[in-house]
Amino acid sequence: MTALTMPGRPKHDAGLRPVPWRRMAWVTWRQHRAALAGVAALLGALAVYLWLTGLQLHHAYAADCHPAGSLGCAMNFTGRYGITAIIVSIFLQAVPALTGAFAGAPVLARELETGTFRYAWTQGIGRWRWTLAKLVLLAVVLAAAAAAFSVLFSWYNQPFFAAGYAVPLSTRVFDLGEVAFAAWTLAAFAIGVLAGMLIRRVVPAIAATLAVYAGLAFATGLWLRQHYITPLLTTKLNLPSSAWIVSQWYTKGGKYAFGARGSGIVNAVSRLCPSSNVSPAQCLTPHGYTQWTSYQPGSRFWPFQWIEGGWLLALSVLLIAAAVWLVRRRAA
Amino acid sequence: MTMNIIETSGLGKRYGSTWALRECTLAIPAGHVAALVGPNGAGKTTLLNLAVGLAEPAAGTVTVLGGLPAGSPAALDGIAFVAQDTPVYKNLSAADMLHLTRNLNGRFDQRYAETRLAELGIPPNRKAGKLSGGQQAQLALTLALARRPRLLVLDEPVAMLDPIARHDFMALVMTAAADDGVSVVLSSHVLTELERVADYLVLLSRVRVQVAGGVEDLLASHRLLTGPAAEADRYTERPVVHAQRGQAQAHLLVRAAADDPIPPGFQAHPVGLEELAMAYLREPGAGALPGPARGQHTQPSEVTR
Repeated sequence: MTALTMPGRPKHDAGLRPVPWRRMAWVTWRQHRAALAGVAALLGALAVYLWLTGLQLHHAYAADCHPAGSLGCAMNFTGRYGITAIIVSIFLQAVPALTGAFAGAPVLARELETGTFRYAWTQGIGRWRWTLAKLVLLAVVLAAAAAAFSVLFSWYNQPFFAAGYAVPLSTRVFDLGEVAFAAWTLAAFAIGVLAGMLIRRVVPAIAATLAVYAGLAFATGLWLRQHYITPLLTTKLNLPSSAWIVSQWYTKGGKYAFGARGSGIVNAVSRLCPSSNVSPAQCLTPHGYTQWTSYQPGSRFWPFQWIEGGWLLALSVLLIAAAVWLVRRRAA
Repeated sequence: MTMNIIETSGLGKRYGSTWALRECTLAIPAGHVAALVGPNGAGKTTLLNLAVGLAEPAAGTVTVLGGLPAGSPAALDGIAFVAQDTPVYKNLSAADMLHLTRNLNGRFDQRYAETRLAELGIPPNRKAGKLSGGQQAQLALTLALARRPRLLVLDEPVAMLDPIARHDFMALVMTAAADDGVSVVLSSHVLTELERVADYLVLLSRVRVQVAGGVEDLLASHRLLTGPAAEADRYTERPVVHAQRGQAQAHLLVRAAADDPIPPGFQAHPVGLEELAMAYLREPGAGALPGPARGQHTQPSEVTR
């Protein structure tokens, strides 16, 4: 008889089944399709550009770089396309930060800023499931798009690596590599999400995300990355072009003399070889100096990609977990 | 039905060092339209946020729907909440809001929602942000009711609406309460229309519960005595909630049953809900709570006209 008094409503003690996770796919798509479209447009436009210029420079490399160190290669390939490639790679450093900040920061900040969290977090699905599903879906989509893009960028850069013009491990291109680029995009997204949850306003959260990301990226490139695996040490003067030189210095009689840059070496070279047009190493070696180079060999590119991808993934998981935890315990 | 739709015990919520709600002990029975009344900052929104699980208590406990912890999956499933200013996603269409709500809940009456929107004249393809304030409120309410909740919680639902939109909104709430047996708890600082709508009253003042009870019981246990001002001070038989004194006549709102003897020289009148609420709001020290009496005999201050 209770069915008559409560039409269309299950009984109170009927087993409550949680709202299925898959329903969040439509919800996430519908609410964030503008942000995803923005990311797609940015990456898409860059991809078209990389594809078109990439075809040109691949042709130029194939035509003129036999061997890679020839004068024709230097004139028609690296000379023509090299500067552009450097500018492109510098510009691309900002892409993970931009996609992460603009896709990540508003996810929670906009709900909190406009008050819609009071709608979203009182629905049957429950607020932590809502949060977790959204964040995981967006993170996976962004990382996948970034990974696809970085494969294209590596193809674009291939001739420069082959010509010895760019070093895959170098700071300028390493974080645009196949694993690292996706990982950095993911990290920027996670930073944005947490910043949005903590700051609760979209624009300040985006600004904070860009600032934190920039700090993290610079710190990693300048200090952290070179220590992933202990650098190799050599006194050889000729290193393979794929080696990433971490630092260089000179010793004399077993004692440190000076670094490869700075006033010490300039003074020594101008004193010992005032007129001759030779490299510092060629000048200093006959005078009893030894050049030491600590470097990361090119063969370490993939281990380094996975190390960087690994810790960035761990960081992202941690940040997203923190955001979900904050949503779960947050006092309105 | 003896189930309590919201039950609190010693409930408190603190923001920093300021209490937004304190020592709140309540039991709102199911099957009512309960009005939560009080001045701004009295703790109405805080109490509702605690009941729907948006906020965590700093002290005490709150359960809903007959003992479910607030914010638990079963509680979320059975409660629909329309927050202050009826937040909807401004960039989503009305139809998208329907679809969204359906996806976020185990139960959603799509046909009811579509029929309601058609009746309200809300075009499904119009962005929610382009709807009028009244239509946004109606949309939010429709979404809440289409979830077929057992409890509908409304925080200041009509504060921003014009009189017609306010009337239409409350008509929909009353239909749901009457036809579908939905329990309703709504907060308001607008006292008018309350009489028509509410049959249970909770009065909050200075972050504490001041009055709680069924409207019929409250009205039956209060009377307005009108008599000579000179005699007013000598009336001590029953607790005086609020005294209003003019040159010649005084009006005393007292806690007394209908068959209570009337003091000589006085006339007794039944009291209206708005009048009753107003009297208590003017006297934050006075209280009328079910159960053991506590601190009800505070001497009222006088308001002279």
